[in-house]
Amino acid sequence: MVNSMGRKGLFIDYEYCTGCKTCVVACRMEHNLPQDQFGIVVSEVGPWEIVPGDNHWQYSYVPIPTDQCCGCAERREMGKLPICVQSCQANVMKFGDIDELAASMQEKTKVVCYTIE
Amino acid sequence: MELARDVINGDTEWTALGTDRPVSWKEGNLTVTRTTARTGPGCHNGCFVLLYTDENGKLVKVEGDPESPYNEGRICARCLALPEVVNHPDRLMYPMKRAKEDRGKDKWQRITWDEALDEITEKFNEIKEKWGAKSVQFLQGTGRDISTYILRLAWSFGSPNPGYLLAGSSCYLPRIASLYSETGSFWIADCGQATPERYDDPNYQIPEYMFIWGNNPLQANADGFFGHWVVDLMRRGTKLITIDPRMTWLASRSDLHIRLRSGTDGALALGMLNVIINEDLYDHDFVDKWCYGFDQLKERVQEYPPDKMAEVCWIPEEQLVEAARKFAAGNNTAVQMGLALDMSNAEAIPAIQAIVNMIAITGNYDVPGGMLMPYYILNTGFGWGYDLLTPEEHAQRIGVEKYPFVANGYNFSQPDMVLEAMRTDDPYPVRATWIQTSNPLACTTGEPENQLKSFLNMECNVVVDLFMTPTAMAVADYVLPASTFAERDGLRTCDGCQYGATINKVTQIGEAKGDPEIELMFGHRWNPEAWPWETVDEMHNALLADSFMGNITVDELRQEAPIFKKQTYKKYEKGLIRSDGQPGFNTQTGRIELYSLALQACGLDPLPYYEEPVPSPINDPELFEKYPLILGTGARDYMSFHSEHRQIPTLRNLKKDPEVEINPKTAEKYGIENGDWVWLENQYGKCQHKAKVTPVVAEHMVMADHGWWFPEEDGESPNNYGIWRINVNNLLPNIPGKSGFGTNFKSQFCKIYKVKDGE
Repeated sequence: MVNSMGRKGLFIDYEYCTGCKTCVVACRMEHNLPQDQFGIVVSEVGPWEIVPGDNHWQYSYVPIPTDQCCGCAERREMGKLPICVQSCQANVMKFGDIDELAASMQEKTKVVCYTIE
Repeated sequence: MELARDVINGDTEWTALGTDRPVSWKEGNLTVTRTTARTGPGCHNGCFVLLYTDENGKLVKVEGDPESPYNEGRICARCLALPEVVNHPDRLMYPMKRAKEDRGKDKWQRITWDEALDEITEKFNEIKEKWGAKSVQFLQGTGRDISTYILRLAWSFGSPNPGYLLAGSSCYLPRIASLYSETGSFWIADCGQATPERYDDPNYQIPEYMFIWGNNPLQANADGFFGHWVVDLMRRGTKLITIDPRMTWLASRSDLHIRLRSGTDGALALGMLNVIINEDLYDHDFVDKWCYGFDQLKERVQEYPPDKMAEVCWIPEEQLVEAARKFAAGNNTAVQMGLALDMSNAEAIPAIQAIVNMIAITGNYDVPGGMLMPYYILNTGFGWGYDLLTPEEHAQRIGVEKYPFVANGYNFSQPDMVLEAMRTDDPYPVRATWIQTSNPLACTTGEPENQLKSFLNMECNVVVDLFMTPTAMAVADYVLPASTFAERDGLRTCDGCQYGATINKVTQIGEAKGDPEIELMFGHRWNPEAWPWETVDEMHNALLADSFMGNITVDELRQEAPIFKKQTYKKYEKGLIRSDGQPGFNTQTGRIELYSLALQACGLDPLPYYEEPVPSPINDPELFEKYPLILGTGARDYMSFHSEHRQIPTLRNLKKDPEVEINPKTAEKYGIENGDWVWLENQYGKCQHKAKVTPVVAEHMVMADHGWWFPEEDGESPNNYGIWRINVNNLLPNIPGKSGFGTNFKSQFCKIYKVKDGE
């Protein structure tokens, strides 16, 4: 059982997630997952125009780790970033101590943080 | 005519990152090698990647290189899935031939490279003797790390006809031709890519505004331009203006999204020029000192008032005016010009010219966060070995007599005339093709049935590729196996990339060879004097010696890569652009020619103008009634590069079918539901796609994927992996603009209806 002080998390500034699915493919290739299984998926939210004609759209992508996400423990032991974090084209992912990540959530809206371990 | 090249004062100094990293190192049982991802598979970028190979030399993993200033470890799905490309069981493993009467049949016979060299040489020499060297066409795709070599191969054979079969050369080349002829250089949006410090370089400033005009850079990754740099800039404060009938992710986060009617970009640009000039928003100092023909431009734009142009574009006038004011008001404005400008109007050149002029009169060339002049690492931008042919021989290139402006772009033949010549012998017979890095029947251009007839009319077709493609299966007499970038040594060449780098071999598949090596081997047979190098490394050392990095060898570059040149802004003030050392731009007048002397010399209108696309809902209302939707195509996808990657399991699993985007209201009108297979049909032909119902597209249009084939289907003719059923190019005619450039592949008409059972 991991002490809550030692929890690690995956932080995503989803305001800037473009939905490129690099994380999905990077994870599959790193962990040799079967074709129909994923360590992380990307959910599309929208697009819809909030007030028709207003040109203001709900159009977001939010990556969601699955039960098969292991936080790339082996990579981290080698001093590397989890493969999704390193590969993310929009550079919107961080991995680290949950306390620090939670604190950085104060900085802006449209971020999520998942506890991974 | 050969164009002047960017000189930047012949300076050969460069700097490296200075990290002293080895080129490869061990990590457990694996070997890691750093390299540049280019090409094949095709790509416009050239990201830095780490290739992991196991003890048997098999490629097992790819990562982005975290120490690269270019992509900083970031990488797209296609590079990540590279091991599935490299090790795919369907890769071409050795050269093969087939009897001419067996074209279209899976009756291939394995031969050795020596046999391929002997037999193809004999066939090509026979054709040369009978019809002249010019009757052999050397056709490339957009695969990029090929132009340097295939142009030399064509010229060393004696043919003035390297080419690229896309109607009106309407991808990138119209932009290049227009930029070169008016400013003497190519320009790209400045995202700080010219120095290793990137956004932190003290001389750099982010653009205040960035215009995303007619493309989706996140997916398209224009040449030497990592699309997600736009996101970096947004997060640093750059405001976006997106001009696109599609509501892309970037559009949804833009200050202003102009959802114009497809094909009317020129009208919008001229209306904006009118506002910028008449509201006196332009940079007087830059115009006075560095532009030519402002008064003529001012007079011309009076014909294009903003209210009328907004009406043409089907947009509110306020949007046009706001865009113009923002373009001019910013401290600096960058423009990411896209494919739609080449394709959405039969007259691409004047639309691009209007934007080129807008950038000029607002003073946004060669300033931080404006437009960047990429220097050429290698002196090959317009052809390495041009002098192998005489000017008289070059004048025989198909198309330059009818369309002299084509010679201002690139040393390619005019594609629409080539396809005609292959069937009609006009202006002269074409009897053989060498097709490398291209899959024209499935992907590149319109009228695929006519293309098939053209290719079948040849005495010999040679295809060089990674896989058996629909084109190779339908028409080739010889197929030669090409390598991926993981299987070859090379230089990252072409397109004014902003760094020097090598491509490093880590594995070998079958008897596949790199494109440069294939060219060198055939060059040795055809014209040894033109290919005096024993090895690919020797050839590349010669290329480097002739470059603006003259003091480096391939081995040194492999170690030091990436290397950068010193970046200086406002080079035109300092005499750093022209070869004569004078201030100014590399044009006849030394100024940016708003009134284009190059266009005038070719008998074309020297000033930008607007004409309706052909067909046009305004000029062709009866046809529009019959086919009431505007058909766009050519948008890029994260999971593929044009017709590539269709057989790569991980990527195909994430994008299974050719899709056509249709607005929910339009779908309802035609009784179409998400996921339905539909026919798209017009006066030229029809194809099947799967409907994707989404408000991303405007109600007046549909947007269809291109380049689809089903490697899992029967490849033999007449099925050819399904291309005749699913190719959107069935609906596209090959009609170039007056200049020989541009075509209308983004605003044809069509109708849409559900596929019935059994169709």
